[in-house]
Amino acid sequence: MNQGIMAAGAVGGAQDAAAYNEDIVKKFTIAAVIWALVGFLAGILIAFQLVFPALNFDLEWTTFGRLRPVHTSAVVFAFGGNILIGTSFYIVQRTCRAPLFGGPGLANFIFWGYQAFIVLAASGYVLGVTQSKEYAEPEWYADLWLTVIWVLYLIVYVGTIVKRREPHIYVANWFYLAFIITIAMLHIGNNIAVPVSLFGTKSYIASAGVRDAMIQWWYGHNAVGFFLTAGFLGMMYYFIPKQAERPVYSYRLSIIHFWALIFLYVWAGPHHLHYTALPDWAQTLGMTFSVMLWVPSWGGMINGFMTLSGAWDKLRTDPVLRFLVTSVAFYGMSTFEGPVMAIKAVNSLSHYTDWTIGHVHAGALGWNAFISFGALYFLVPRLWKRERLYSIRLVTLHFWVATLGVVLYIVSMWISGIMQGLMWRAYDELGFLQYSFIETVEAMRPYYAIRGVGGVLFIAGAVIMVYNLWRTVKGDIREEAAYELAPHAPAPHEVEKTPS
Amino acid sequence: MDNEILATVGGTAWGVWLMILFAGIIFWAFRPKNKKRFEDDGMIPFREDGER
Repeated sequence: MNQGIMAAGAVGGAQDAAAYNEDIVKKFTIAAVIWALVGFLAGILIAFQLVFPALNFDLEWTTFGRLRPVHTSAVVFAFGGNILIGTSFYIVQRTCRAPLFGGPGLANFIFWGYQAFIVLAASGYVLGVTQSKEYAEPEWYADLWLTVIWVLYLIVYVGTIVKRREPHIYVANWFYLAFIITIAMLHIGNNIAVPVSLFGTKSYIASAGVRDAMIQWWYGHNAVGFFLTAGFLGMMYYFIPKQAERPVYSYRLSIIHFWALIFLYVWAGPHHLHYTALPDWAQTLGMTFSVMLWVPSWGGMINGFMTLSGAWDKLRTDPVLRFLVTSVAFYGMSTFEGPVMAIKAVNSLSHYTDWTIGHVHAGALGWNAFISFGALYFLVPRLWKRERLYSIRLVTLHFWVATLGVVLYIVSMWISGIMQGLMWRAYDELGFLQYSFIETVEAMRPYYAIRGVGGVLFIAGAVIMVYNLWRTVKGDIREEAAYELAPHAPAPHEVEKTPS
Repeated sequence: MDNEILATVGGTAWGVWLMILFAGIIFWAFRPKNKKRFEDDGMIPFREDGER
């Protein structure tokens, strides 16, 4: 196996490596790390605002309502977006064995243009400029700017694939391409709006009422499906084989995984609108497709896991691989939980409660952030041409601190959310609601505090990572004991058989 | 009336067509003849250059 890889590796030739645009990947990597810290900090602030309301500082700019989109956009579009674009540029060049189409100038324009979009959007949120569509809050001027940047991104990506020297398009690129194209379609479809004036920030969405709601959640759920799933699956199909040093378990399963996901995901949106004015048939359609999505999700999870078959011992000695594989476990868990929550009977309890928040973070922290951390640990030594990471043991520390944080987060939100849902639907013997709204808030307060602590642990892990990556870039290597494979310990029955 | 029939038939046909397409993809992916080719495609990430 390893010999095969080595022999194949020699074919490409080292002259490719010189032509690859790695400078742009470095920029996106740095931006991703910075925005991750900003996004996590915003999350912790609003988490503790729910425990200690005084933390909104009595200023309109720092209220929960304005900072919440800052948090979601910073983690999803700034941290997630930068790591997605950065890794896509890294992977497309290497798997196509072609330098980036359009040259460094266009790539740099995309980089700075995307950062400008983030700043434009976030400054709007803080100042109260929003079109009030969840995960699509930016107003028309920011939306138009993002459209320009995104189309240029598509051109660079497709151009590189067209110029490829590798006859087959590797599966990771399919997932990235689906991500880029679908996000373009969703972004434009969901943001068709009429500005009130040319120099004003306010606009009105073209659709109204339930149609607007349906378009919004067609967008909203597919942002999850194609931004947070398809794009990150592209990362999975590249970084797990690379870090494990063995090809993906079944390339044929990856083809089925891809097309099943593409055919099913776009129909799942209506599960966000159960028991609303949306027609019943549309709700049932959304529920059915959501449940069917369980199959490709778990097919993909199995494919990621089984890539390690015969090499499971690497998990003990390679914490970077542990990040990548644990992320796939969280992917499996949250894509199991999601279809369950999309079932109408379950949704009648879970909707509008903290259970949803816990579910989202199982995916966002456990899957998206963990695979991004794994990718960052993979990329930084290679991009800056270092022998290895500054410290492998600090990666282990990051892993356990972050994992504990995620577990605290998810468990506290499960308890809080299910309790909240049960309290809302509790009646007394006379048919009156048993609890007032504020009683549910009081009951949830301890769990909000636990969630906040989970968040603090998660960002503590991220700070450890930033330190580790910084020292790696500087070229330092920490004096530490290397992880060694444990010697084979004989099983008890083997010991007995051994003649003394 | 004509439009209604067209929409119903068209909608159903489109669903059937997508299912045939998907079945075709499964056949293509798991056809024994293509086994070697896809195993080879899975090696692409290791073919890029002589890094490390």
